[in-house]
Amino acid sequence: MINIQSLTFSYRKNKPLFENLQLRLEAGHIYGLLGKNGAGKSTLLKQMAGLLFPDSGTCEVLGYPSAKRQPAFLREIFLVPEEFYLPKVSVKRYVNTYAPFYPNFDEAAFYNYLKEFEIPKDQQLTEMSYGQKKKVLISFALAANTKALIMDEPTNGLDIPSKSQFRKVIAAAVSDDKCIVISTHQVRDLDNLIDSIVIIDDHKIIFREDVQTVTDKLSFKTVSRIEETTGVLFADSNLRGHTVITRNAGQEQSKIDMELLFNAILTNHKPIQEIFN
Amino acid sequence: MEFKDTQAIYIQIADYICEQILLTKWQPEERIPSVRELAVSLEVNPNTVMRTCELLQQQEIIQNKRGIGYFISGDAVKKIKQFKKDTFIRNELPSFFRSMYLLDLDLDELKPHFEKFKKSNFN
Repeated sequence: MINIQSLTFSYRKNKPLFENLQLRLEAGHIYGLLGKNGAGKSTLLKQMAGLLFPDSGTCEVLGYPSAKRQPAFLREIFLVPEEFYLPKVSVKRYVNTYAPFYPNFDEAAFYNYLKEFEIPKDQQLTEMSYGQKKKVLISFALAANTKALIMDEPTNGLDIPSKSQFRKVIAAAVSDDKCIVISTHQVRDLDNLIDSIVIIDDHKIIFREDVQTVTDKLSFKTVSRIEETTGVLFADSNLRGHTVITRNAGQEQSKIDMELLFNAILTNHKPIQEIFN
Repeated sequence: MEFKDTQAIYIQIADYICEQILLTKWQPEERIPSVRELAVSLEVNPNTVMRTCELLQQQEIIQNKRGIGYFISGDAVKKIKQFKKDTFIRNELPSFFRSMYLLDLDLDELKPHFEKFKKSNFN
């Protein structure tokens, strides 16, 4: 679905953000794109959406090079950016103007999402709060029914009940022919939705695995005495004890702790990567 | 539903479904909510619910009727008890036995405790 080959890109000369970056994403999954501030998450998403162009290498979505921005590509991809602008029109006017660009747009679904998010549909977009605007945009993105749906920090700015509503609408949107990519720092908002993890660091993708493969190979647990635990790959100690990652020797079925995994990969990448090779 | 951090989500969902059946909220031979409905109400990835259904199907607790959905087996309650017994023996018994061994406890010694426990809790 999304295929990035040898992507090199820099905003400034001699300071490459990506160097020879490789990434392949398939339909039927929700990918969580994780990385430190400034690692290039948003830039990578913009490359996918055709808003930035590779210096060298290629970025293709459904076989179309993103940079060419062909209509057949544009109508099958939607990006919900972290910062966005909405014009001074009503919701209805906005939909009437922009929905025709998306042949699979489902207007009934759009108004259902708005109802779910409790957004009044006759209000001007510019009169809404940031969170409300974001919910309009998310509703539009889901209703657009594109094959690729890309969201940059979608839960930022959402209030507590909306986060739960967001998880529900995303769970409903998953299908075998759709690829959903979500970049986020708030992994706890989404950790039961994301089924594959992509970690970007140091100019490239340093980790990309299914959650199921991760928990097949690694165990996540809390122990009171770390000395008695064998094969600790990474540990985070606090008052309650030590949350640790160990190699999953047997058939342990633990729940993934994405924050812990992220920290582990950034600090102790090599021994963990070896387990997956 | 609140998920615990200690166990894989798909197993927690399996426990949730088994509980609905044991509590007779969901009856044998009935259709359970679809994968999508469960995913939305539990706010999880549908692939996770899929994995739960595969597990429960393996245990013959639910059956897949193609094109219609998953149905609760006629003898689901019996199967659930068997399944729970197996997981208890596999997961909880080893640490229990370990303590018994360390404390020099004999199985016969525990019997009166167990009888007393049953009497005071389940009579």
